[in-house]
Amino acid sequence: MNSTETLELKRLACKARMGAVTGTYKAKSGHPGGSLSAADIFTYLYFKEMRVDAKNPDDPDRDRFVLSKGHGCPSLYAVLALKGYFPFEELENLRHVGAMLQGHPDMKGTPGIDMSSGSLGQGASAACGMAAAAKIDGKDFRVYSVLGDGECEEGQVWEAAMFASHYKLDNLCFIVDNNGLQIDGKVEDVAGLCMLKEKFEAFGFGAAEIDGHSFEELEQAFNAARECKGKPFVIIAKTVKGKGVSFMEDQVGWHGVAPNDEQYKKAMAELEAQLKAIEEA
Amino acid sequence: MAEIVNKATRESFGLALCELAKTNKDIVVLDADLSGSTKTGIFAKQFPERFLNCGIAEGNMMSVAAGLAACGKIPFAATFAMFATGRAYEQIRNSIAYPKLNVKIAGSHAGISVGEDGATHQCCEDIALMKTLPGMAVINPADHWEMTEAVKAAVELDGPVYLRLGRLAVDSFNDPENYSFEFGKGITLHEGSDITVIASGIIVKDALDAVRELEAQGISARLINIHTIKPIDEEIIVRAAKETGRIVTVEEHSIIGGLGDSVSDVTSRKCPVPVTKIGIQDRFGYSGPAKELLKLFGLCKDNIAKVVLDIVKNA
Repeated sequence: MNSTETLELKRLACKARMGAVTGTYKAKSGHPGGSLSAADIFTYLYFKEMRVDAKNPDDPDRDRFVLSKGHGCPSLYAVLALKGYFPFEELENLRHVGAMLQGHPDMKGTPGIDMSSGSLGQGASAACGMAAAAKIDGKDFRVYSVLGDGECEEGQVWEAAMFASHYKLDNLCFIVDNNGLQIDGKVEDVAGLCMLKEKFEAFGFGAAEIDGHSFEELEQAFNAARECKGKPFVIIAKTVKGKGVSFMEDQVGWHGVAPNDEQYKKAMAELEAQLKAIEEA
Repeated sequence: MAEIVNKATRESFGLALCELAKTNKDIVVLDADLSGSTKTGIFAKQFPERFLNCGIAEGNMMSVAAGLAACGKIPFAATFAMFATGRAYEQIRNSIAYPKLNVKIAGSHAGISVGEDGATHQCCEDIALMKTLPGMAVINPADHWEMTEAVKAAVELDGPVYLRLGRLAVDSFNDPENYSFEFGKGITLHEGSDITVIASGIIVKDALDAVRELEAQGISARLINIHTIKPIDEEIIVRAAKETGRIVTVEEHSIIGGLGDSVSDVTSRKCPVPVTKIGIQDRFGYSGPAKELLKLFGLCKDNIAKVVLDIVKNA
């Protein structure tokens, strides 16, 4: 990836963050923390990795994406809008009555959303089902799913991991948004989830641990995932919850709280400054 | 007289799946380590490339089925009714019903006729649980022929379906020559004007024997077989309420949330009449041979006839 490409991805990710902050602000609710931590991953997937076409969102041969940590959808919606699935202005209606953009992803209401999700653990399994469908039909599409690290406390994630490994779903790639925080505190304090990479390896996955905010490292990891044959792959993406907004970064309190007027202005000013810096670089 | 086939509806289900899968390449089958019992093993043998054993992980199985359906497959996810609708209720709700995915859930060993395994495996709440889910169809076939047609109908229906299967071998009573399964439509098996018996599932045969016996005693009891509990056939129920004035429901399920409640819901809105429910009375089952248990819980010809007789006599 050349520097122009990297800059463009950074620019898009910054815009996605602005969409997520605006959406949660206008909704007066939502999950900014985990949206901002995963924004770079979503951006990389939709603008670099996945074989998708916003003009043909139901193409049976497209790559699939499942946001298993469904609450992180505000920045995913922003990325889908930037990709052209629907107008960016839709973010302003997030979580409103009658809106296309629901509080958690709704595959029947939102173009580009491949699976409804929100109840933790289930998206990982649904992604396995999609990957299995590709294998049964001899199709070459790939399936990606972003999981939360807190989400990995759900037993179903490990049921899904066993299934993926048993059926040798090498067309499946999990990405764990490893921001280290969950609603009640640090993941390590709440449930002592540790050695995620080793755990997935023990379940039969190929694995890479990377900086989830580095597009270069994301590229290397996704390339490794594609080259990994005979078994599924997991990318443990070390991220910062609330990434991009200084006062939200690594703060557990920003899991599921919307910014107020003042915080919104401050957050947007910071993101606009970042955008300007990227555009001038 | 039609040939009587003595078969558990789970077996009829397994055979029907195989037959349909020969021409429908989209059918895939999932099981959770119970393929010998749910009879999906018959399919697994014939179509190994379209069979996914998920191991003892029912929650994962339901969401995997959702993913398969999202990619155009017609998945049948089978396990015991208890573990499908109980353990994996939330996966069925959020992964399957909410996105209206085309998954067919087969709950075998439903009701107390599981027998010796006892209360932990005797699911008498499955219909109640599935009925509450928006858009979920609930089908409870009564015999071999009805199950065969119900599986076909489930495949043709685009959307989630819960199909209830029994463990116990039961005699067929339908005649395959003139039987037709119409989704959402009840079937009048016996005409009558004094009272109506409405039954569902493998207990329908006992209800049929009961109304025939009552007829010999001069009591004219109508019998309606409701194979589709949701959406329920309101018209046939309202007509029965108007024409006979009294209804007795018979189900191998809790009287809370089952067929009886669906019937009462219709009558209370459209034609209020007394509804007496024969079924499992707010309690758990226990171990014992299936047929003996059915008798002990009043799910047999003699008790159905007695309840009906008492109502007609005291009217």
